[in-house]
Amino acid sequence: MQTEMMRPLLLLPEMLLVVGALTALLGGSFVPRHQQWIIQILSAVVLVAVIVTAAIGMAGPTRTAFDDSFTVDTATGVARILAAVGTLLVLVLATDEIAGTARESETCALLLFGTAGTVLLAGAHDLLVLAVGFLLATIPLYGLIGLVFTASGAEAVVKTYLLGALFGILLLLGVTILSGLTGSTGYTDLTSALADAPPAAVTGAAVALVAGLMFKAGGVPGHFWVPDAAQAAHATAATFLTTVPKIGALVAVYRLVGVLPDAVPWPVLVAAVAVASMTLGNLAAYWQSDPRRLLGWSTVSQVGFVLVPVVVAGRSDLALPSLLVYLVGYTVTNIAAFAVTAAVPERRDLADYRGMAYQRPWLAAALVVVLLGLVGTPPTGVFVGKLTTATAAWDGGYGWLAVVVFVNTLVSLFYYLRWIVPTYRPPEPGPPAAGQTHARGRWASCTAVTAAALSLAAGLAGGVVWTVVSGP
Amino acid sequence: MIIFLPLVAGLVLAALPRLSDRTARWTWVAVTAVDLALIVGLWLRYDTPPPGALAFEEQAAWIPGVNSSYHLGVDGLSLPLVAMTAVIFLACAVYALRNRHRPRVQAALFLFLQSVSLGLFVAADLILFFVFFDLSIVGMYFVIAGWGHGDPGRSAMKFFLYTFLGSLALLVGFIGLYVAAEPHTFDMPTLAAATPLADRPLAGGLVLAAILLGLAVKTPTVPFHTWLPPAHTDAPAVGSAVLAGVLLKMGTYGLVRIAMPMLPQAWRAWAWVIIVVGVVSVLYGALVALAQTDLKRMIAYTSVNHMGYVVLAVGVGGLVAGDTAQARTVAVTGAVTQMVSHGLITAALFLLTGVLRDRAASYDMRSYGGLATTAPSFAALFAVGAFAGLGLPAFTGFIAEFQIFTGSVAAAPATAVAILGILITAALFLRALQRVFTGDTRGHSVGFTDLHPAEAWSVGSLLLLSLLFGVLPRPLLDVIEPAAAAVVDLVGR
Repeated sequence: MQTEMMRPLLLLPEMLLVVGALTALLGGSFVPRHQQWIIQILSAVVLVAVIVTAAIGMAGPTRTAFDDSFTVDTATGVARILAAVGTLLVLVLATDEIAGTARESETCALLLFGTAGTVLLAGAHDLLVLAVGFLLATIPLYGLIGLVFTASGAEAVVKTYLLGALFGILLLLGVTILSGLTGSTGYTDLTSALADAPPAAVTGAAVALVAGLMFKAGGVPGHFWVPDAAQAAHATAATFLTTVPKIGALVAVYRLVGVLPDAVPWPVLVAAVAVASMTLGNLAAYWQSDPRRLLGWSTVSQVGFVLVPVVVAGRSDLALPSLLVYLVGYTVTNIAAFAVTAAVPERRDLADYRGMAYQRPWLAAALVVVLLGLVGTPPTGVFVGKLTTATAAWDGGYGWLAVVVFVNTLVSLFYYLRWIVPTYRPPEPGPPAAGQTHARGRWASCTAVTAAALSLAAGLAGGVVWTVVSGP
Repeated sequence: MIIFLPLVAGLVLAALPRLSDRTARWTWVAVTAVDLALIVGLWLRYDTPPPGALAFEEQAAWIPGVNSSYHLGVDGLSLPLVAMTAVIFLACAVYALRNRHRPRVQAALFLFLQSVSLGLFVAADLILFFVFFDLSIVGMYFVIAGWGHGDPGRSAMKFFLYTFLGSLALLVGFIGLYVAAEPHTFDMPTLAAATPLADRPLAGGLVLAAILLGLAVKTPTVPFHTWLPPAHTDAPAVGSAVLAGVLLKMGTYGLVRIAMPMLPQAWRAWAWVIIVVGVVSVLYGALVALAQTDLKRMIAYTSVNHMGYVVLAVGVGGLVAGDTAQARTVAVTGAVTQMVSHGLITAALFLLTGVLRDRAASYDMRSYGGLATTAPSFAALFAVGAFAGLGLPAFTGFIAEFQIFTGSVAAAPATAVAILGILITAALFLRALQRVFTGDTRGHSVGFTDLHPAEAWSVGSLLLLSLLFGVLPRPLLDVIEPAAAAVVDLVGR
């Protein structure tokens, strides 16, 4: 009977990730410096295996593992695949930056650990698993950001660490209150027990839990570290931490609000966080001249958009599918945008992008596709996401939220255009700096173009994506 | 197939960087010609479908989760516009044979725009409509920013932001329609048959307001027209021709295709507002055009004036009272005819002003004079275009405006003030002709090279079509009238 309840095989993808990460960490110590690419290949193989096993897992019915503490359903399956695909793209992108450096295998290991934490968060059906997932997803980030030894890098990692500690404690506080009130941490027990609990205490705990998860997702109020980290860290770390952890955190928020009783005004709470994130992210992004920092703020605003379907969780049938569709579109599009900056690391100011359309037409085309995609221009994946999330919001009785989404979309167009415009200006007259345009960033360019194509495909094949994420 | 042929050709052109400029230009012409031939073939096989249905329908599931499908079809409202679009793009391709500035990329971009425009006119699903609507803005942005002159970056940005605001408002309206419909759907014919929001005047009014805002920015009507003059002034000639000829029609087409059939109650309730906006656009556009010294700006403002007639006529379509159904049908028929006519004539005029820019780099009417002596065929074609533009009989403009006023004045006599607009337009076109072409040869007119064959053929064929359908309007009206009657019927529900 015991094994019946445990069902360890359901967690095969997570186990693969952790074992893969450990192998990378240990194996890296025994492989000579010039052969560390073997570790990278190994990590990629692990990720592909995760994708395959997760896809197989999705075909089965919804089940829980380890005494009802981890759910394996469509949302978990999508989050697993998405996180693995995202990390795989990041790994390819990283090749330019880490090949032959002292931190090659460590980077791979940290990426895999972070991914494992994300999928744990996504599947968490118990507050303790949620806390473990949070820590597992957060701690590797400190390492990843800290891999760059510059003053701004140090500032970013300290900021991230302090905020991470603060919000981690908040999250644990929320867990403590809820378990203290009900004597249980499993979501199934919580759902029934919380109905009789004092609403004020539950609301306080909900605020703490959502705030903690917002640190992971990079949304208001836990967003302060995102722009700094995006600007100062390696492109690899910046891409990873603005994309993959969000997947787990947002699915976790969705599961969490399902537990809360109606007496708690959580839709208003989540809606406020969503509006604050998208508005603040957009307004702050407008003034940036560093493309990475601009993207960092843009990810804050994107979190606001993704939170919109969470507001109507349980009120609209469209909520969960639209959340997942948005995450699919966002993941590939955001990775592509960061990959473009990684491909041309010497351009650290929007003005430096002048003339890129003439020097690197493919990369410029990818950039336009993804930036317009982030705005929500059809037919990219984010457009389908935005459309369906807004529809879900209206369908669930939050028509004003849909209007706020579109007003913010218009605002976001301003700063994305500030980036597109110089890209298509003719280059400055005078000889181009020799050698800097073509030799570097080959892997990152490939990633950018591939991910941009994927974001287009996600929109054009929106029906297929929708069917997959709607589950059996 | 017709829609995606240009897109595929455009992608091929974009992906082959080593193609010579000459090949690229001729490929563009060939593709547009083939596309036009296909559309003519379509027209010949066209039978008027029953009201509320579409001909040559195609449907495939796209996002079944929200009941959005890839649904296409044509009827009497869209077929003339589809044909007009193909004609204008062919004319632009021929005109651009003389272009030396990155012709391969330009051809690819215009082929993309052509696909998008054709797609919009045949879309029978709101989301599909929106996708094409938005992509047309993106395409046009790059045309203005990449090939414009003056201060193209700024104009293009203004155009993009303004029309993007419009498209988002439109999307909000679409989602409102979707949520109100039972079962939820984005399919146009289904929505038109169901008329959601029929018994909720407030919600219906708000949704209509969102859709109208979106379409009014695109059309553009007063007070949302301020993006138009700078965009036109700084756009390249072919860009202006497409912008005025095709993209502006997307706004008014949306009115007859979406707003009127799907929200008839709200449309009737707000018909007077729409009529007033139309009349103000007519008069304001004409008066401001009269005050311009920049020829291209002047033509841009006459577009505001001409689209005002269309808005006026469709507004009249909502004045349901007693026995005016006949008059309203005439007005709506006139509106659709005006869309086609304005597309042909204004595209021709913008291509002609492009010649001024090409030779002397100036649109200032005061710096020309006596141009008829040095460039007789240019003068002749411009005169024909100007007369067509002011609504002289024997051109399509006359047929359209005559119908609009017959219908409007019969249904609402107060709209007769808009006739003043025709007078002012006549005055300003004649004054422009007189300033630029008559008198002593001076300023930039000295040494002005007359039209090249490519320019003459592209402009000439547009004006010839306007003349042809002006003299023999029956084939055109036979297609439009049943569809216009159907729309008026739907509004009258």
